[in-house]
Amino acid sequence: MKQANSETAVSACKNQKRGNKQTRKHNRIGLLFASPWLIGFVLFTIVPITMAFYYSFTNYDMFNKCEWVGLKNYADILKDPYIGISLINTAYIVIVGTPIGLIVALGLAMLLNQKNVCGLPFFRTIFYLPSLVPIVASAMLFIWVLNGNYGLLNQLLKLFGIQGPYWLNDPQYTKISLIMMDTWRCGGSMIIFIAALRSVPVSLYDSASLDGAGKFQQFIHITLPFISPTIQFNLLMGMINRFQYFTQAYVFSSLTDMSGSVGGGPGNSMLFYCLYLYRQAFLFYKMGYACAMAILLFIIIMAATFVTLRISNRAVNYEVE
Amino acid sequence: MGKLKTYFIDKGIRGKLSHIAGIILLVILSIVFFLPLYWMVCTALKSNAYVFTVPPQWLPEPVMWENFVEVFRRMEFGKYIRNTLITSVVPVVGALISCPMVAYSLSKVPWKGAQYVFPVILATMMIPWQVTQIPMYTTWARLHLVDTFVPLLLPSFFGSAYYIYLCRQFMKTLPDSVMEAARIDGAGEFRILYWIVYPMCRSILTTMAVLIFIAQWNDLNGPLLYLQNSRRYTLSIGLQMFRQSANPEWTLLMAASTVFTAPLIVIFFFCQNAFLNGIQTTSGLK
Repeated sequence: MKQANSETAVSACKNQKRGNKQTRKHNRIGLLFASPWLIGFVLFTIVPITMAFYYSFTNYDMFNKCEWVGLKNYADILKDPYIGISLINTAYIVIVGTPIGLIVALGLAMLLNQKNVCGLPFFRTIFYLPSLVPIVASAMLFIWVLNGNYGLLNQLLKLFGIQGPYWLNDPQYTKISLIMMDTWRCGGSMIIFIAALRSVPVSLYDSASLDGAGKFQQFIHITLPFISPTIQFNLLMGMINRFQYFTQAYVFSSLTDMSGSVGGGPGNSMLFYCLYLYRQAFLFYKMGYACAMAILLFIIIMAATFVTLRISNRAVNYEVE
Repeated sequence: MGKLKTYFIDKGIRGKLSHIAGIILLVILSIVFFLPLYWMVCTALKSNAYVFTVPPQWLPEPVMWENFVEVFRRMEFGKYIRNTLITSVVPVVGALISCPMVAYSLSKVPWKGAQYVFPVILATMMIPWQVTQIPMYTTWARLHLVDTFVPLLLPSFFGSAYYIYLCRQFMKTLPDSVMEAARIDGAGEFRILYWIVYPMCRSILTTMAVLIFIAQWNDLNGPLLYLQNSRRYTLSIGLQMFRQSANPEWTLLMAASTVFTAPLIVIFFFCQNAFLNGIQTTSGLK
């Protein structure tokens, strides 16, 4: 009896030893396999962010020795009239552009999720193709399509007796032009929505229609709750990307004469925050100032993400339950 | 005919109408989405004399294939395409080596760091690249690596958050039993990852490769910052520069844009099925 007891104790001890060895081995392998990202995280994220934070308190310009200027850059940001303009332009793209992009992508996905329609893969390809056109190429194309006199859009509008505006020369219409182009390229999120819509169980719709629920009610009470996590993900990514709005605006706005200006298109209507940041850093070499701008952007994005998560989490959780 | 009859009986008049409305909407929208693309190719094939006509010429007449020849003569397309291939293919290779490794560690190795690393990876997606851009630039400049491809290629070998995330979501769905069996047979972890897990991840890896290739092929920011000598220009900078020199010549600009776009469309058609499957299996997000 006693012997048996000690035997189990020994084997338990052995097991634990083996377990410890196993855990240690797992820890070693886990760390080894995660190490590319961990090293990259330190080299390409932690160190640069720390440096940017430091630079934001200096007058660094790449050529002269940098001097500590304290909070001067941040104070200058508050006084800079272009910061306000660029923040408003960026807010416009984030607040107007993101929902439009989401709604169009979801609408297309729902049209492609119909039953009894043939040729759906063909239509899916047609809607997806624009997102394959490189941004620089699609910006060129839209500059041409939106040409005030000879552009395709205004020529088509003329068929209906409408005189289209000078899209890219009128400060009122430049951002709408950019949103049109981005909406045209919404294929990526459309594909993700199609996948989400397919994951909704068909039986739910069947029983709902037996209960006499209309298409619209089915959409509100079945489809939306089921795909709400996907909507949330696309919303957040769309927002974060639009805060960093750059390439499209860079190509569109380089149309205009750059001499002596910050190059934000007609009436600075396309002066987005990151475009202005880029010009400060790589045109005027005010690296310290640009770093302060970047840190501010980081804070804005974090705050916006946090608020959106808090608000949308309520909707997402509520709907699923 | 019989099929059509049952269809009409099955659905009420309202269902039928909404069905037809759906199809009509689909057709109209697909025309709207396709029109700009058609316009690009159409303009590219027009003769200069017919570009600025009201009403527009809907079919190019005469068809000017010479526009493409002219573009190839004026822009150094061969060089641009070579550079763009370098900056697109190498990052795909880098990501295909690094991302599955990290994803494997996060989804299939039960180690205590995983629970801390994964949220941090997700959080880095929030960091705007403008924050790291300036210090990275000055550092590369100090290392005398600005105006080389290194700053555009090297970071991809350390994995990137979004693709690690996609990979992890997919690997979580794989059964552990296969890996256990291989472990009992004495296979090392690297062997298991590259010989057993890799083939099982084919669809997600294809999706990843296509997405990264497209993003790199598209990229303007990186080349704009780091490539200064025109010998190293990629297509996106080349096209931007070409516009500044050939502003009103829309036929040539559209021809150049068409050449820039065509490879991506060809790749998409070849990988379409694997690509879409990969997205569909990972974007459940549950």
